[in-house]
Amino acid sequence: MFTITNKEKLADKVYLFEVNAPRIAKKAEPGQFVIVRQAENSERIPLTIADFDRKNNSITLVVLETGYSTSQMAKLTTGNSFLDIAGPLGHPSEIPSGETVLMVAGGLGIAPVFPIARKLKNAGNKVISIIGARNKDLLFWQDRMGKVSDELLVATDDGSLGHKGFVTDLVVDKIKNKNIDRVFAIGPGVMMNAVARVVPEEIELTVSLNALMVDGTGMCGGCRVSVGGETKFTCVDGPEFNGHKVDFEEFLMRHKIYKNEEEHICKLGKDLS
Amino acid sequence: MSKKTPEIMHKQNTSARSKNFKEVALGYTEEQAINEANRCLKCKKPLCVEGCPVRVQIPEFIKLIEDRKYVEAAYKIKETNSLPAVCGRVCPQEDQCEKTCILSKKGDPIRIGYLERFAADELEKSGEKTEEIVPSKQGKVAVIGSGPAGLTCAVDLAKLGYPVKILEAFHDTGGVLRYGIPEFRLPKHIVKNEVEYIKKLGIEIELNCVVGATVSIEDLRNEGYRAFFIGVGAGTPRFMNIPGENLNGVYSANEFLTRVNLMKAYDFPNSATPIKRGNHVAVVGGGNVAMDSARSALRLGAEKVDIIYRRSRVEMPARIEEIENAEEEGIEFHLLTNPKRIIGNKDNWVTGIECYRMELGEPDDSGRRRPVVVHGSEFIIDLDTVIIAIGNDANPLLTNRIEGLELNKWGNIVADENGKTSVPGMYAGGDIVTGAATVIEAMGAGRNSANTIAKYLDGLSE
Repeated sequence: MFTITNKEKLADKVYLFEVNAPRIAKKAEPGQFVIVRQAENSERIPLTIADFDRKNNSITLVVLETGYSTSQMAKLTTGNSFLDIAGPLGHPSEIPSGETVLMVAGGLGIAPVFPIARKLKNAGNKVISIIGARNKDLLFWQDRMGKVSDELLVATDDGSLGHKGFVTDLVVDKIKNKNIDRVFAIGPGVMMNAVARVVPEEIELTVSLNALMVDGTGMCGGCRVSVGGETKFTCVDGPEFNGHKVDFEEFLMRHKIYKNEEEHICKLGKDLS
Repeated sequence: MSKKTPEIMHKQNTSARSKNFKEVALGYTEEQAINEANRCLKCKKPLCVEGCPVRVQIPEFIKLIEDRKYVEAAYKIKETNSLPAVCGRVCPQEDQCEKTCILSKKGDPIRIGYLERFAADELEKSGEKTEEIVPSKQGKVAVIGSGPAGLTCAVDLAKLGYPVKILEAFHDTGGVLRYGIPEFRLPKHIVKNEVEYIKKLGIEIELNCVVGATVSIEDLRNEGYRAFFIGVGAGTPRFMNIPGENLNGVYSANEFLTRVNLMKAYDFPNSATPIKRGNHVAVVGGGNVAMDSARSALRLGAEKVDIIYRRSRVEMPARIEEIENAEEEGIEFHLLTNPKRIIGNKDNWVTGIECYRMELGEPDDSGRRRPVVVHGSEFIIDLDTVIIAIGNDANPLLTNRIEGLELNKWGNIVADENGKTSVPGMYAGGDIVTGAATVIEAMGAGRNSANTIAKYLDGLSE
């Protein structure tokens, strides 16, 4: 059992959970994820680690209420617990030093981007961050991102905060005007794909893929993704990959495998015991 | 008066069973068990025992069944085999004890497996009594993986008096017994019972602990563990590297079976894990895992399930009993057939599989005749789901993170017959050493390692 020591609502349908997980807190690094099973009949779902506190034995997970499992999670409160959490899994982010790094976060992607940006900053990189969402109610952690960024830009589709338009507009602008050495882009698949289209090949681009998984340890292969024509397992070969080489079209279609089942179980709206 | 022919194992009838996940083989009745036990010649030099990887005292336990001492029979088996209810169901007895049984020369060996299962089930009915063992020896042992190898190693060490902890990556114990072998062949209450027994012995179990990620071997050393047994199985699925393998509706057998067994996707939406219930499913491969996948797909509601296997029937590695079960249930076998590519539509969904006809050429390294493509023989099977069951490779997640651990060219741990690896105090057994093998072979390796670990630890404390 992994007890929730703190729950906060960060934005519309976005929740933060601080969870007591001593072993994982000790090992976690930015870029890694955990597999969470909420209760006896729940799915195992991957969630990126948004933060960790080694002294307090806790990790932070940020959940967007989007399907059945995440809407069940949204109902949990401080003092409740997750039945199972396994991790930290996947490779930690590769952290350079002395570079100018552009961080691009879309929606929930702000959560995993934050610890990476912090580590980059601490390693002596210049960090420029762009965070975006459909509207300002879906944004969160501007303060946290501000602290770990030399420059923070905001984009919303409806213009309710910052630039009116997509994060890619700002990405294009920054790449044109600054000497960007490297880009990290984390968010919905469509957004990462869009960023990959505008970042020139000569600039290193890292994306973090939220593929469907079961075990998260390389045992099932459900998270297969094509990278540079080769099949990789997101869980053990990633979750970060060279964004220029990811076959996003396939990735996005694989994300829809259980669309019908998801709609069905959401409609039933059964509570997990 | 003893009968000449073996007692038949009754099964659920085919039309009913192909729609449910209940156990297919129904077990012997008491009368059947006694009749079958009566057939045993109780050889002075029992050849059957030589065929058993853990040397179960077969004539002795059969004699106890004959004497109607069923629970005692089960305990007799348990002296050397801690999982009789499992082995009675999934061991390939026809290649082991029953093959060496003196009566097999006449074609009718004693059905040792069925008797083993009968005794174990009687023990379960009577309620097994276990006394907790308080560790009496020095030297904590970490057993990594709770499959058949790890469970056996842990039980043996606990019985020898060592404090043992099992570390399991999944949220539940049993390894392949839990996620791999389906309910209709190995009901999960049996695995649960075995694990309860293990807990009663005083063995600690830590779930959700991915050794290599959650903790390192070094961390475990710092926690006071003096010896290690690695029994993590052969965990990473092979694919064929043909076009279309990443289409929606293509599963590895590992994923398909894990969703069905561990995650209970057959009970969706009561269980939240989904699975695609295909109408026409093809399973590529000819082993037990392929049979399990095909029969599971059928039970999930498929109208048609095909097995695609590149060699002929005699080369199929699956147990004959399982091949027969699959055939009885209406699964169609495309032998000497091999996929060329998987075909999909614009939305990335599988629509068909294109195959070659094959013919058998010269024997290869495995001694089996090598399948060779018949050119121009391509044909297409229309379908909506493909399950690839062509075996597993060693999962490097843990093994690559242990300094000095010698691996072979396939990534399997190099260990001798006593489980000893290149790292002092570290032992290994089961599929991570041998590549895909059987439950009982993994158990044998777990047992041998337990004995070696005991010697190693006694040496440390002297």
